[in-house]
Amino acid sequence: MNFFLEVKEGLVIAFRTIRANKMRSVLTTLGIVIGIVSVTLMATGIEGVDRSFQKSVSAFGTKVLYIQKFPWMAGDEWWSYRNRRDLRVEHAELLERQATLLEAVAPVVGTVRQAKYGSRVLENAYVNGTTNGYNTASGMTIRDGRFFSQEESNGGRPICVIGANVVETLFLNEDPLGKVVKIGGFPYHVVGVYEKQGGLFGTFIDNQVKIPIKSFASHYGSHHDVTINAKVAAGADIEDAKEEIRGIMRKARGLLPGQKDDFNINQQEVLLQAFNQVTGVIGGVGLFITGLSLFVGGIGIMNIMFVSVTERTKEIGIRKAIGARRRTILAQFLIESAIICLIGGFIGLIIAYPLSLIVDQFLPTAMPVSIIIVAILVSLVVGVVSGFLPAYRASRLDPVEALRYE
Amino acid sequence: MTPVIHLGQITKVYDIGAEEVRALRGVSLDIDKNEYVAIMGPSGSGKSTLMNIIGCLDTPSAGQYLFNGVNVSDMNDNQLAKIRNKEIGFVFQTFNLLARSDALHNVELPLIYAGVPASERKEHALSALQQVNLADRVHHKPNELSGGQRQRVAVARALVTKPSIILADEPTGNLDTKTGDEIMGLFEEIHNQGNTIILVTHEEYIAEHAKRIIRIRDGVVESDERVSRPKSIPVTA
Repeated sequence: MNFFLEVKEGLVIAFRTIRANKMRSVLTTLGIVIGIVSVTLMATGIEGVDRSFQKSVSAFGTKVLYIQKFPWMAGDEWWSYRNRRDLRVEHAELLERQATLLEAVAPVVGTVRQAKYGSRVLENAYVNGTTNGYNTASGMTIRDGRFFSQEESNGGRPICVIGANVVETLFLNEDPLGKVVKIGGFPYHVVGVYEKQGGLFGTFIDNQVKIPIKSFASHYGSHHDVTINAKVAAGADIEDAKEEIRGIMRKARGLLPGQKDDFNINQQEVLLQAFNQVTGVIGGVGLFITGLSLFVGGIGIMNIMFVSVTERTKEIGIRKAIGARRRTILAQFLIESAIICLIGGFIGLIIAYPLSLIVDQFLPTAMPVSIIIVAILVSLVVGVVSGFLPAYRASRLDPVEALRYE
Repeated sequence: MTPVIHLGQITKVYDIGAEEVRALRGVSLDIDKNEYVAIMGPSGSGKSTLMNIIGCLDTPSAGQYLFNGVNVSDMNDNQLAKIRNKEIGFVFQTFNLLARSDALHNVELPLIYAGVPASERKEHALSALQQVNLADRVHHKPNELSGGQRQRVAVARALVTKPSIILADEPTGNLDTKTGDEIMGLFEEIHNQGNTIILVTHEEYIAEHAKRIIRIRDGVVESDERVSRPKSIPVTA
């Protein structure tokens, strides 16, 4: 008997049995349905967190290095970095002059000020002073207008580029370009508007106001610690660029050989790594817990298959008497439990898909295609694994005993 | 000519806990092609055990069983399944049809296990059903058929693979006399077409249809006689 016929006969029997025991099939399938729904939704949720983080992190820019007093992932050692000397604008200028592997360098200083347009107020705007190089040395995208030019930057013009949330708060239906907003009491012309970032860092990034660093110094003081953004030149290796920056910075800060760096060179990959560790653990635990429900569903299948085998002992005897081999009987019951699980898997996906659209409202995501394929495969595997013992028992039945069974 | 069935000193011992039950204590017999044999014996005589061994549902504890000259005494499960599928057509007392399948599918089943392609299968199954006069009940399920019709489906299923022997175990046991006679008439026809029939029964008037009667008692062959007298099919109006 060839394989195709065997499978076909198995399918016919499986569907007939499932139809004949409707209530039982529905209840058994339910376990798998719940399992698949929870696993796929969990995976969709993890995908959503991943995506929003990737998107958020992209604001830091690829191949952009952040030279700072503190490392991004300092942990408990924060106190040891606290006494380091501030970084200054001069360091940025030095890097711009000396570094060969950098495309753009921009010092960034920050403060929090009130932003006001007419009677509308945004209390906590994150005001950054920087240079024209920032546009290249960051991952931010301008939606309308432009960034300030070198002349405007050097001249300390009273102009600004504002984040999406600043626009939404201060301007109702007006075009913000060309308008004058008061930042900490000082008037600034809006020349550009950033694309909305959203995501994990959205509240921070979308509330930003970028102004020339010279304007910043004259309005809010120049004592602030500086972050230096540096965009690695196209074609240059990031590690090489880091080494070059280290050399220039160590010399500028007068560090002797053997002394540790008193600054850090940060990049978004550090955040990604840390994040991937966290989501890896959360995802693993989450999938394990939801996987348990699938496991319970599988036990339900196994249980009902045992019942089914016992109930159909006589049928198995008849089939064996007229020539069914062990593996034919084995295949028959395996196919049956696989079909129940596959149906459960499909129903689970059909239920999970609209639910994933609801999740999408809170956390931009989409059910990954991979999880659909994995869900189908997993339900198939659950079916085969939990059907195996009952099917094996059926295949080993003695035909004489089985025929005598009533 | 090689006999279809050759049994040489077949014994069968069952272990029931500490006790040993010797169901067959050395049975030897040959059955040739186109014989019509009845195996008779009271319950507990060992005739069911003998039938199971002849039908390759069970294997003997000792002794030699040649089926068409091939030794089947120590075949494994799969080889026995193949013999049952291709060489033996079973007819049971309780019909043993698949309840959820229609007549056609029941008759097709041995061909499915034999790997016969679908179109050929249907053709064979339909002609077997025609042979037992059930061409008009092809798509009826067992519970939509009378007892006699069910047994005829079972006979069709036994015939469909053109087996070497038809093995019938009390085929009329669950039927009334009239229907039983019809079934016995059907066996007569099948025998006349050249088939070998082995009938297991404890009823004399059923055994009388056969051309040879083997009586089993206490696990041995008690008598083995050929019936020469012309057998009459009871006329029922």
